Amino acid sequence: MEASSSVSVAIMGSGGAGALTTGSFLLEAASTAGWYGLFSRTLGPQIRGGEAAALLRLAVDPVEGAPELYDLIIGIDWLNAQRFGAEIQTGPHSLVISDSGGEEPPPNLTQSGARIVAVPMKDMAKAIPHGRPNMIALGIACRLLGLAPEQVLPLVGRQLADKGAAAVEASRAAIQAGYGAVADLEFDTRLAAPNPSSVSRWLISGNEATALGAMRGGVRFAAAYPITPATEILEWLAPSLAKAGGVLLQAEDELAAINMIIGSSFGGTPALTATSGPGLSLMIEALGLATAAEIPVVVVDVMRGGPSTGIPTKSEQADLNIAVYGLHGDAPHLVVAPQSVGDCLFTTQWATYLAETLQSPAIVLSDQFMGQSRAAIPRPADVAFIGARTVAGDIAGAYKRYAMAANGVSPMAIPGMRGGQYTADGLTHSERGTPTSGATDHLTQLDKRRDKLNGFSFGEHWATVEGNGALAILVWGSLTGAAREAAGRAAADGIEVRLVAPRLLSPVQPEQFAAALDGVERILVVEQTHGAQFHHYLRAHYDLPAPVRVLNRPGPLPITASEIQRAITEWR
Amino acid sequence: MSKKPAEPNVTSLTDLMAVAYQIEIDAVERYRLLADQMEMHNNTELTDIFRDLARAEGLHAEEIRRLAGDVDLAKASQLAASKRGESPEEADMGAVHYMMTPWHALQLALGCEERALAYFTAILEKAKDSKVKAMAAELVEEEAEHVSLVHRLLLRYPQPDNTWADDPDPPVPQD
Amino acid sequence: MSIANVAPALKPADYKSDTTPIWCPGCGDYHVLLSFTRAFARLGLPPEEIVVVSGIGCSSRIPAYTNCYGFHGVHGRSLALAAGLKVARPDLTVVVASGDGDGYSIGGNHFLHACRRNVDMTYVVMDNHIYGMTKGQPSPTTEPEFDTALSPGGTGLRPFHPLVIALASGANFVARCFSGELNQTTDVLVEAIQHPGFSFVEILSPCVTFRPDERAWKQLVHPAPVAATNDPGKAARRIMTDDGFNIGILYRGDRSPYQPPIGMATIDLSELEKEFER
Repeated sequence: MEASSSVSVAIMGSGGAGALTTGSFLLEAASTAGWYGLFSRTLGPQIRGGEAAALLRLAVDPVEGAPELYDLIIGIDWLNAQRFGAEIQTGPHSLVISDSGGEEPPPNLTQSGARIVAVPMKDMAKAIPHGRPNMIALGIACRLLGLAPEQVLPLVGRQLADKGAAAVEASRAAIQAGYGAVADLEFDTRLAAPNPSSVSRWLISGNEATALGAMRGGVRFAAAYPITPATEILEWLAPSLAKAGGVLLQAEDELAAINMIIGSSFGGTPALTATSGPGLSLMIEALGLATAAEIPVVVVDVMRGGPSTGIPTKSEQADLNIAVYGLHGDAPHLVVAPQSVGDCLFTTQWATYLAETLQSPAIVLSDQFMGQSRAAIPRPADVAFIGARTVAGDIAGAYKRYAMAANGVSPMAIPGMRGGQYTADGLTHSERGTPTSGATDHLTQLDKRRDKLNGFSFGEHWATVEGNGALAILVWGSLTGAAREAAGRAAADGIEVRLVAPRLLSPVQPEQFAAALDGVERILVVEQTHGAQFHHYLRAHYDLPAPVRVLNRPGPLPITASEIQRAITEWR
Repeated sequence: MSKKPAEPNVTSLTDLMAVAYQIEIDAVERYRLLADQMEMHNNTELTDIFRDLARAEGLHAEEIRRLAGDVDLAKASQLAASKRGESPEEADMGAVHYMMTPWHALQLALGCEERALAYFTAILEKAKDSKVKAMAAELVEEEAEHVSLVHRLLLRYPQPDNTWADDPDPPVPQD
Repeated sequence: MSIANVAPALKPADYKSDTTPIWCPGCGDYHVLLSFTRAFARLGLPPEEIVVVSGIGCSSRIPAYTNCYGFHGVHGRSLALAAGLKVARPDLTVVVASGDGDGYSIGGNHFLHACRRNVDMTYVVMDNHIYGMTKGQPSPTTEPEFDTALSPGGTGLRPFHPLVIALASGANFVARCFSGELNQTTDVLVEAIQHPGFSFVEILSPCVTFRPDERAWKQLVHPAPVAATNDPGKAARRIMTDDGFNIGILYRGDRSPYQPPIGMATIDLSELEKEFER
């Protein structure tokens, strides 16, 4: 049987079954063995005890796209599992492991013709002192995927060390028992051998990567108001900033959080907050203040299903409009979007650098899929983007905070600098910073703020551009991975596809975009929105020099590589 | 609350000169501020009047400096601040209005000078030291002269009728 | 130390900028500005080490009238901005200026949490019982029977009592002043700035244009009947019978100000990355 380049596995169970722990360990073990992977979770609405599924995709190469059909599903139990419905699908080749003493798997998992095999996981666990069925399931998964015991047993020892030796022993015994239970079970889907590689790797979530990227970029102050699915960014930053000599301040609401980071930045300390759609809505007014007063701040929006309260635990790409257009008045500012879990680090670091350099707020559009997925990725490169604000030096004479400059960036006085006293203001102001309602000053400052962004060389990072086929896929954010996969599969079928995925959404880059689309004959726009926001944005700001088709669908289900591939194939 | 200024506790010549000087300096500052306000609010007549009053107080300050001789007035002023009590010449800044007339300005100035006169009179009455008494008497005479001056100026400006503050335009929000 | 090295003591005028205020002549805020500059001079703080943070409204125009650093932010959020600034820059002296609308209405939530959080700063609210900048709507402290265009016949609502809220929420210093009492207001400001933690000073500051009736405040204000206390219970009992015109310091508390340590890194950034390495 031909080895696969990727395998998708789901571990399901409810209320204390520990399915997510199993999934987490599986990713670790696979990583230890030299594979890459992506692990995300889906849960029922209960605060505790709800149905849960660990969703994994393991592969020989770094994985960015969501799993499609699951090759292997292990159900510790099937309680309320039918709720996951369309989210977890099988094919006729799939294998479903069910507990012999429990319920039948739900029809949506079996109607594809998948093979069902019963294993008495609960009884096996009972036979081991302190044994747990989820560790039996872990052993089963490892055996079927071709992971050797020595790739999983040591890490169990490390991860469970604080629960005591008895717990570690019990888990190891259960894993071994799981191995034994399926020793003779044929499972044809095998991952190809991992690439022998000296590239060191990390296991990290998108939210953690976002937080670390911010600190690499120079952030030393954060204000926090928790919101799903962004809270982990703030929770990682709280102790980390403190260790680095910075601080995280918990705010009473998002209105306070955005104003706190403006205050910190005004005082000279690069600052960040993280939120989701509802929080970003609250922050819009102050983002306008930061734009008008030219104060750098970074705001991460981990997008979730909208509008309004929406679907907090699911992903979508429908905050593009508010990020780019949400500020009242003419208020150009920076908007960037990471394209994968690993890219969350680079893009947030880049955003911090850009914000500080251009004295502008930067919105980072991440999403729940990247933010709350954990991935095994190659160790991220160290990049030289560290925030370097243009600060006023020797101040002689009357200081002009918003003095005209060739690059539009005025040296900023920091409180404490003698002679640099000025009052930052949201009111339209002169070069000196004093409020004015005059036409000349208003126009001058609007031009300045627009031109400082438009005149900046963002370089190659503005977008990912791969291939030069006649058909171009235009995507952004977490869909980049799925689009790349689809392009790869299309190429294998003889269809050359070009991938263009902007990382910089604002300001727009007309020249670079035109160059990227040079010679295209068909344009496929793919986005996870109901209202085709990205398509409208492209039409508003760019020439689309060829016929366009749009593949858009709102959340909660990801748009898969197969769907994109189908759209490519259908459009010859 | 402030209806009566706190009793001054000024007993030395140095303190007296410092306090008197500070009163004039405060007056200069006050009239300059009022002149700026009037200029910002396009009341040119009052701008001129307050600038004139500021100048006059400036001259009074110079006079006191001359009388004080060697006394370091700036230093003594800091020391005397606590003994001064609630300043007698604190103008009722609430009594100004963007459409105020010269009569109003002079009423304000009259109030200041009358309070200063009462202040130095109180010091004169309580003074034991002969030098202090002599200087206090001079200051009383000065202030009395200022009061008369303001009265003379008032002859030029009758009290306006009660339509003086009528502005046909309604106010317009700015923020 | 030679004479040349000693900077001459700064005078109040050194803390005032060249910008003439747009306030109506007769506005109490002129006196508040004088109190600010006199207090700063008395404290001897270099103007570049003071930041005056404000929101929106007549009172909030004050930062540009000083020679210090200033921030004229959006409506109601000055306390949050000031908290971020002060926590990141504890070396600065932060004074927040607001009005009864900016501070008690839209800013109400931030007021509660600022008192609770107790970051070292001074919060001055120039209360004129009206929205002046927008031309005369009722504020949370407007008397229930006061007639306005937006509330014909009066709001009928019980006015907000800021000193009660400040005390209950944990402010470490609570006082009320009257703008017409320049010396006393200056004294209180000096003490408020020096007092550690969150100092709240409400300054009754009459609006000459939209509340000409407030000329009467001069006669209504009176010294508080008892001295300041550090017992919140005593202060609470006092404030419940306050007629709104008690002038003086109500409460001086002993809470430690909230200030996480800043600037002392204990690790290298690469240490933070170790948890992800495999």
